[in-house]
Amino acid sequence: MSRSRFTRRLPAAVAVAGLALAVAACGGESSSSSDGTTVAAADQLKPDADLSKQSLQITVWDGYTPKELPQRVKEKLKVQDMKVALHATNEEAMNKLTAQGDSGVDVAFVSGQYAQALNAQGLLEPIHPELIPNLANLYPEATQLSYDKGNKYSVPYTWGTTGICYRTDLVKSKPTSWNDLLKPPAWAEKKVTMMTTERWLALPALKSLGYSVNTDKDEEITKARELLMAQKPHLLTYDDTTFGDKLVSGEAVMVEAWDGWCPTTDPKGNIAFAVPKEGSDLWVDTMVIMKSSKNKEAAHALINYILDPAIHSWAAENINYKVPNKAAMEKVKIAKGSLLDIPPARLLDGESIIDLGAASTKYTRLSADVQAK
Amino acid sequence: MSRSRGRRLGAFVFLTPGLTYLVVLLLVPLALVLSYTVFQRGRFGGVVYEFTAENFERLVDPLYLDVVIGSLKIAAVTTVIALLAGYPTAYLIAQLPRKWKTIALVAIVLPFWTNFIIRVYAWIILLSGPGLVNSGLKVFGIEPLELLYNEGAIVAGLVYSYLPLMVLPLFAAIEKLDPQLREASANLGASGLTTFRKVTLPLTVPGVLTGSLFVFVPSFGNFVIPELLGGSKSLMVGNLIRQQFLSARDWPFGSTLALALIAVLLVLLVAQAWVARRA
Repeated sequence: MSRSRFTRRLPAAVAVAGLALAVAACGGESSSSSDGTTVAAADQLKPDADLSKQSLQITVWDGYTPKELPQRVKEKLKVQDMKVALHATNEEAMNKLTAQGDSGVDVAFVSGQYAQALNAQGLLEPIHPELIPNLANLYPEATQLSYDKGNKYSVPYTWGTTGICYRTDLVKSKPTSWNDLLKPPAWAEKKVTMMTTERWLALPALKSLGYSVNTDKDEEITKARELLMAQKPHLLTYDDTTFGDKLVSGEAVMVEAWDGWCPTTDPKGNIAFAVPKEGSDLWVDTMVIMKSSKNKEAAHALINYILDPAIHSWAAENINYKVPNKAAMEKVKIAKGSLLDIPPARLLDGESIIDLGAASTKYTRLSADVQAK
Repeated sequence: MSRSRGRRLGAFVFLTPGLTYLVVLLLVPLALVLSYTVFQRGRFGGVVYEFTAENFERLVDPLYLDVVIGSLKIAAVTTVIALLAGYPTAYLIAQLPRKWKTIALVAIVLPFWTNFIIRVYAWIILLSGPGLVNSGLKVFGIEPLELLYNEGAIVAGLVYSYLPLMVLPLFAAIEKLDPQLREASANLGASGLTTFRKVTLPLTVPGVLTGSLFVFVPSFGNFVIPELLGGSKSLMVGNLIRQQFLSARDWPFGSTLALALIAVLLVLLVAQAWVARRA
């Protein structure tokens, strides 16, 4: 099982099943404010601080940043030391960061909704834009992300969406709608797969019915359930990890897939990706600075360094995720068929999946229900 | 006096490492899991320490009950098949000359030298639509069969994975059997079948129970095989628990499900001990 790939993507997966709305929904219980976007009071930071007296501790998904990053950061930024801790999922990172006392982490990589949740708990240092001149490299769209408009407390690292990944040589017509997956035509009978990871199971059904992916209305979820139950006998499998392999082998002809996971660059060149006309989601993995950090100047310097096109393009080239960095993307050689060139404006059409608090158990039950029946 | 004290000291020295390990790494986490069952789900993951009985109310939701019953069925079918396949195997191995016995036993545990996931994947290569079995059938002009991604494939995978755990205790029980007992039975005029029914089988019941338990327990809680070979189209308790912890961030309900699983297994263990003592 391509575990590393799985865990890397899981952030977005779980993330999307993420935490964020909690914030807006219960601003009252956070110390910051009621509108959910207000950030904690900023510390006074010195742009000319002596970084050689600071050392950095980051937490990030395995394989999500270059291996030699600490070495390069030490050389380039002259910080005393840089340590990298790994987390497999957003949940794991949250446990680390929300535990009592100082987590010791300066910079954390978490998905947007989780950044929103951390901020709601007053755990994040507001971003000081004057210390990150490379923010100018971001696409304008990347400053308008719904969970953090204006990048007040988070800086986006990677982003993407969900759609239909398909075999161009085995479909009779190109899929354009979620209904192509939900009510597969005869030629796709038992040759389609769906994801079950929490909210992605419901996403195609909710979008095809014209509902929000963040609905907590029972009647809308019930309608989605009916669609999914009707679909089940026509499925090959539910699959969250190996749907790409099933397409390559020809076992499947259409699958629900995250863009970064759709093997469009397969040498045979017979795999393509479509975002259905009813719309889809937008996921973002971000970098945040912890309020408890004692190395905030170094933390800003690190984020600034990562936003350098030469560094940020690494993610697009090596983990095949789009990065919200215009200057970096212009540097990347985009292979034929690659999905890296989905324009940012298209991505922004996607609806961010946000945390539904207590209502999110409805989706867990839905997944279990559809799978068990 | 001093001797018994010495023995007690010896027992203390020898037991401490194992007991410490068990208490710290098994009992304490288990106690934590059990305590979570009466608390609420934390919004950001983890547990909110406010009392609730909601987790147990959800447990009797027909949806989850069905999953538990379905898992029991799959585990039971697996155990019966493994027993029917494992008993003759163990019996034959026990009759082999010493050298061949060793070779046969090594062959039985050989699969454990390869990673579990890889062995399960091998079944996908065998059973999938364009897989080996179907390619073979095609040669004879037989239409491809739907062998993978159903409950049959789950059972096949479970039987394959846990068959050695059935064979080994059975072999131990059969081998211990005094051959003179069977000779006596034959001398007294019993047929081979009668000897088996009246002598061999009753005397190996403890082995049967141990083997069955060894197969049933990991089958009941398995979540990898239903996912890979069942295509996640049917859900077992293990999948449900994994979902609660890893994607739903619902530790309390996951713990409650785990408690239910432990309860079922405890009942089985007690039953096994009881029957084994009477046998």
